[in-house]
Amino acid sequence: MSEAYFNEMYDGNGLRPPYRGLEGWYQDMPTEFRAFKQAEAEDLFRRFGITFAVYGDGGDPDRLIPFDMFPRVFAADEWRRLERGIKQRARALNAFLSDVYDRGEIIRAGRIPADLVYRNEAYEIAVAGFRPPLGIFSHIVGIDLVRTGVDQFYVLEDNCRTPSGVSYMLENREVMMRMFPHLFQENRVAPLDNYARLLKRTLASVAPAKCDREPNIVILTPGHYNSAYYEHSFLADLMGVELVEGQDLFVEGDFCWMRTTQGPRKVDVIYRRIDDAFLDPLCFRPDSTLGVPGLMNVYRSGGVTICSAPGAGVADDKAIYTFVPEMVRFYLGEAPILENVPTWQCAKPDEYKYVQEHLAELVVKEVHGSGGYGMLVGPKADKATIETFAAKLAENPGNYIAQPTLALSTCPTFVEEGIAPRHVDLRPYCLVGRDVDLVPGGLTRVALTEGSLVVNSSQGGGVKDTWVIAEE
Amino acid sequence: MLSRTAANLYWMTRYLERSETTARLLDLGFRNALLPNTGGGFRNEWSAILQSKGTLQNFTEKYGELKQRNVESFLFFDMDNPSSVASCITAARENARIVRTALTTQVWDAINTSFQDLKELMRRERSSLEVPELTDWSLRTAAQIRGAIEATQLRNDGYRFMNLGYAVERADNTARLLDVKYYVLLPSVAYVGSGLDNYQWTTLLRALSAHRAYNWAYGGELSAAQIAHFLILNPKFPRSLLSCSLEVNEHLDHLARMYDRATPAQEAARKLLGELAEAQIEDVFDEGLHEFLSRMISENAGLGQCIQDQYLTGEAR
Repeated sequence: MSEAYFNEMYDGNGLRPPYRGLEGWYQDMPTEFRAFKQAEAEDLFRRFGITFAVYGDGGDPDRLIPFDMFPRVFAADEWRRLERGIKQRARALNAFLSDVYDRGEIIRAGRIPADLVYRNEAYEIAVAGFRPPLGIFSHIVGIDLVRTGVDQFYVLEDNCRTPSGVSYMLENREVMMRMFPHLFQENRVAPLDNYARLLKRTLASVAPAKCDREPNIVILTPGHYNSAYYEHSFLADLMGVELVEGQDLFVEGDFCWMRTTQGPRKVDVIYRRIDDAFLDPLCFRPDSTLGVPGLMNVYRSGGVTICSAPGAGVADDKAIYTFVPEMVRFYLGEAPILENVPTWQCAKPDEYKYVQEHLAELVVKEVHGSGGYGMLVGPKADKATIETFAAKLAENPGNYIAQPTLALSTCPTFVEEGIAPRHVDLRPYCLVGRDVDLVPGGLTRVALTEGSLVVNSSQGGGVKDTWVIAEE
Repeated sequence: MLSRTAANLYWMTRYLERSETTARLLDLGFRNALLPNTGGGFRNEWSAILQSKGTLQNFTEKYGELKQRNVESFLFFDMDNPSSVASCITAARENARIVRTALTTQVWDAINTSFQDLKELMRRERSSLEVPELTDWSLRTAAQIRGAIEATQLRNDGYRFMNLGYAVERADNTARLLDVKYYVLLPSVAYVGSGLDNYQWTTLLRALSAHRAYNWAYGGELSAAQIAHFLILNPKFPRSLLSCSLEVNEHLDHLARMYDRATPAQEAARKLLGELAEAQIEDVFDEGLHEFLSRMISENAGLGQCIQDQYLTGEAR
C-alpha cells in the first residue's frame, strides 16, 4: 500500500483511537464466518428491496449496491468539527439562494460575478423575487467530503437539490446492528434513528402560512422506474407520509390536492424528488408528464411549499462552488471551517491553459454533470483517453472545471484476501428548516477496486456504515 | 389512502386471481384432453378454452394450429398473452412493488418469491414440465399469497381493496368457466346427459377444486341444474357468484363505514346481491344459462367500473 494516502485506521504509530473497538472483531473473524456474514448482509438488503438501477449496458434494475461490512469510524472530536463546518456551509448556501432571488447583495458587493449567477442555466427566473417560507431554498443539503489527512477535509461538491443515498445510510446501520449487535454494545456508536423524525419536522416547519392545521406532507417521486425509487418509498414509510406521483396531484383554486379514495385532499408540503424542469409543464418543460400542471402558480401564491425550492440548483453548480467560502464570510461573517478543493475554471483562458498542460495530473469534470459520468481522472487514464478528452474539452471549455487528484483517505475494507485499504468519501445530510440539524453519520462510499478513486455507485463503488463514537 | 395505491392493491389481487383461473383452465383442458377423442376431439376443447378467455385469435396468429403443447405454453408461459399465468404474476408483482410499503413483509415475500419461482420455471427445459406440476404450483402460490394477506395485513382500507379485487375477478372467472362448459364445450345438444357431458362437468368441478364439496352438498349425482346452483347460488361454495357478491358487499360496506360515506358502488353491489340472493335456479334456466351468465359478467364488469370511478380515480367527491 502506498504511504501517500492517509489511512484512517493506521497512522505511523499504529491503530488510531476511533478504530480501537474493532481490533478483536476483524482480526479474529474466520474466513468462512466472514463469507457467511457477507451473504447474510446481501440477503437482508435484497429482502428490504434496496436496489439501485444502473443505466446503460443493459443494467440490472434489481442490482444491489455492494455493502462492505467494515465500518468507517469518526471520533467525537473529529465529528464535532465536521458538524460545525457542514452546518455552516448549509446555512451559507441557503443565505446565498435567498439573496440571489432577492436583491443580490453579494453580487452588488462584487464578491461573485453577476454573469455566473444570472446567466447560469440553473438560475430559475420563474422564482426570482419569490421568498419561500423562512427564506429557505435547500432543506436537505448533501455535502460531499473527502479527507486527505488527520485534520484535512475538503468539500468536493454541494448538493442542494435532492441529494440521494440517505436510505443507505440508515439501512447500512440497520444491517450492521442486526448482524453484529455486540459491536454496538462494545462501542458507543451515536444512533441515527432520529433522521426521519427530524426530516419530517424540518418539512413541517416550512409549511405555507396559509396552512392552519397539521401540514399534509408528501414525497413526489418520478415513479417506480426511477433508480432511487426505493429510497423515496423508504422515506415516505419512515415518516408516515404519502408517496405520490405527478398523476396523483392536481391543482384547483389556490391549492394543490391529492387524489385519495375519499376524494381530494389538500397538500401543504411537497418533498419532491424530481428535477425543476419536470415540476410543472405549464411553467417548465411542456412535455413533462411527471409533474403537476399549475403547481408553480400555487407555489408562488403561497398555497404549497416545494422542497427543495425550485431554483435551488444554482447554489450547487460547479462554477458557483468556488465561491462558497466567500458566501460563508459574506453572509455569516465567519471563517469557513471546511475548505474547498482548489479548482480551475476552464471558462477562464489562463486557467484553461493550465488545465490543458496538466491534463494527466488533474480530474476534469463537467460543470453540470453528476454520477461520475463524463469525467476524466488524469493519472488513471491512458494517453489515448486523455487525447480524446482534450478534444472534447476544446469544443466547450466553459463546460468544464478541473481539480487536482486528491490523495483520498483510505479505510480498511474486506477484500478477497482479507482486509485492504480502499479510498472513501463521505456524504452527510444536513437538514435546514426552523433549525439546522445533522444526524451523527452519513453515507460513506468506497471505491472497491484497488487504487480506484471513483466511489460513485454507478461506477462500481460500494457503501459502508459510518460511525461516530459518542462523547463520553 | 391515495387512489393510485388503492388501484395498485385492487389490480394486484385481480391479477393474482386471474392467474389462478388461467391455471385452473389449463387444468380443465388438460383433463379433458385425457378423454378419448369424441366429437371433434381435444382441438375443439382447447379452442373452447381459448375462446372463454377471448384469446383464441391471439393464439392462432402466433402459433397457427392448435397443438396441446403450444396451448399449454400459451396459457402458462407466454408473455404475449395478457392472461397467461406468467403475465398475470408479473403484473401482480409489478403492482405490489409499487406499493411495497402498503404490504406486510410476508405478503411481499410471498408475491416476490412466486415471481422468482416463475422465472426459475421459465428457464427450465419445457419438456421437463408437465401440466400438473404447473397447475399445482400456481394453486399453491395463490393460496400462499392469499394466506399471507389474510394472516398479516392490517384490516384497513387497503385490505378492503385487495379483497374487492379478488371478489370482483373471481365472480367474473367463475361465470366464464361455467359458461365455457355449458355453452362452448359440448359439440352439440345431442350430447347433453351423455358420458362426455358428465365427464366435462366432473373436470370443471375438479378444476374449481369443488369436486368433493359438490358431492357432499348434492349427494353425488351430476346434473346441470345442481352444478349451476352450486356455482351460482350456493353461499357455501367460496367461488359461487353469490359468495363473491357477499364479499364485495361486505368490503364495500366496511369502506362506507370507514369513510363515513356511501357511494353508487355500494348501491350497485347491493342490487346485484339482491338478485342473486333471491334467485331460484329455475329462473336462471328460464332466462337461459348462457344469457344469464353473460348478463352477470357484464353487470359484474359494471360494478368493477363503478368501484374504479368512486375510489380509484380520486375524483369522486
